[in-house]
Amino acid sequence: MNPVKIDLRESLLELVRRASTQLPDDVTRSLHEGLLHERVGDAAASALKIVLENVALAAEQNTPICQDTGTPIFVIHHPFGYSQRAIAADVEWAVITATEHSYLRPNAVDSVTGKNSGNNIGSGLPSLHFHEWEQEEIRIDLLLKGGGSENVGGQYALPSAPLSAGRDLEGVRRVVLDAVFKAQGKGCGPGIIGVGIGGDRPHSAWVAKEQLFRLLGDVNEDSELAELEQQLLAEGNRLGIGPMGFGGATTLLGVKVGAAHRLPASYFVSIAYLCWAARRASLTFNNGEVTFA
Amino acid sequence: MHNLTLPISEEQIRQLRVGDTVSLTGTIYTARDAAHKYMVENFIQGEPPATEREMLAELEQGLSGGVIYHCGPIVRKDESGKWHFVAAGPTTSIREEPYEYQVIERFGVRAVIGKGGMADKTLQACGDHGAVYLHAIGGAASLIARSVVEVIGLFKEEFGLPEAFWKIRVEDFQCVVTMDSHGGSLHKEVEALSERNLQEILK
Repeated sequence: MNPVKIDLRESLLELVRRASTQLPDDVTRSLHEGLLHERVGDAAASALKIVLENVALAAEQNTPICQDTGTPIFVIHHPFGYSQRAIAADVEWAVITATEHSYLRPNAVDSVTGKNSGNNIGSGLPSLHFHEWEQEEIRIDLLLKGGGSENVGGQYALPSAPLSAGRDLEGVRRVVLDAVFKAQGKGCGPGIIGVGIGGDRPHSAWVAKEQLFRLLGDVNEDSELAELEQQLLAEGNRLGIGPMGFGGATTLLGVKVGAAHRLPASYFVSIAYLCWAARRASLTFNNGEVTFA
Repeated sequence: MHNLTLPISEEQIRQLRVGDTVSLTGTIYTARDAAHKYMVENFIQGEPPATEREMLAELEQGLSGGVIYHCGPIVRKDESGKWHFVAAGPTTSIREEPYEYQVIERFGVRAVIGKGGMADKTLQACGDHGAVYLHAIGGAASLIARSVVEVIGLFKEEFGLPEAFWKIRVEDFQCVVTMDSHGGSLHKEVEALSERNLQEILK
């Protein structure tokens, strides 16, 4: 059987443009709410005001919200019958073209030679994750994941004696708070924390990363994890780190936790820190029609 | 708000304290990881190579009383070949911690702009040589690009566009002093406060 022929190039370019220049509504709302919790005149309030002013300006001017357009992470769900290689080629075209149009910064550096490829294409870049599913439409979710915040993420192997963190959700709580504390303002907070419990090391890290695609207002299907998310959000904000690490009430905009099965021998907890510039966008392709969200 | 016009004097810097807001106007340089490594290896750790003398003269002239901005911008070249800054927020400064003391000392830099703050050695340089660390708002890239009114020059393009030195003229570039020349560091204060809060939460 030959794969279904489609051309997603222009739609994918539009997806990248939207992600780079328009902050999702749920994140913008959350930043506005954060501002209400900061004292007028404080550096924290002024930082959030500048952030919101920038968000509005980027959308209006059609320019990137942040110059670090990060790792473009594409999660692609498609029905049976489509060629992943063909979709990957369309994604590459869109990324190269978006770079030419200054929606993306050239961000792919050869780790051995230090040379920047100049077009965001490289080994492992863009980051592509394909899943075949039962539904009829193709859905492509994109996250532009900044590098500064990526640097403050991490992975813990429990138990951890120095953090008094055992192999349970209390242990998870302790290491997540440790990670938020250690990040201070370096991840361009207020941040969104993705947590991955279990798995082997790379899967644990991916579960954490996947959480960053969730809407801030969604509720975890697992009631224990839903409770942990709420608790960690409240406790993270009690740390007082504040926007940009200036001190203040708004350290986090959200905490999202996912879990995978693990080996009896291992208990990994991965933390993915997403800066306030949580640039996600989605497209759905159904019967030749493309819609964006 | 303190209005500072380049070049900046030591006296002006000594007046600044943690928490002050400043508005910068004048010619500054972007420099991040590759640029800092380059400055230290070529101009600080030994005789400057003959091939780099022009660059040295540029930096000696431009950074004396000058400002380094930790930034890897998104740029655009127009039809006439002129560069423009499209998005230009700060990058994480702590990566330059191993280099910054020497760079401030060698070139007489008065302010370093970035995000996330820097550590003890840079704080020491601020005190020893009369400099400050200015925090720009991370991610506010479109807004900051608007205060870049002219791209004057591009040096070391071979480092890649984000890593090159960009000589730019800024107008009313607003920042917060988070490390001053009197040993003050907002980053240290917030870290200590949040550590106490963390202990309280985990009790």
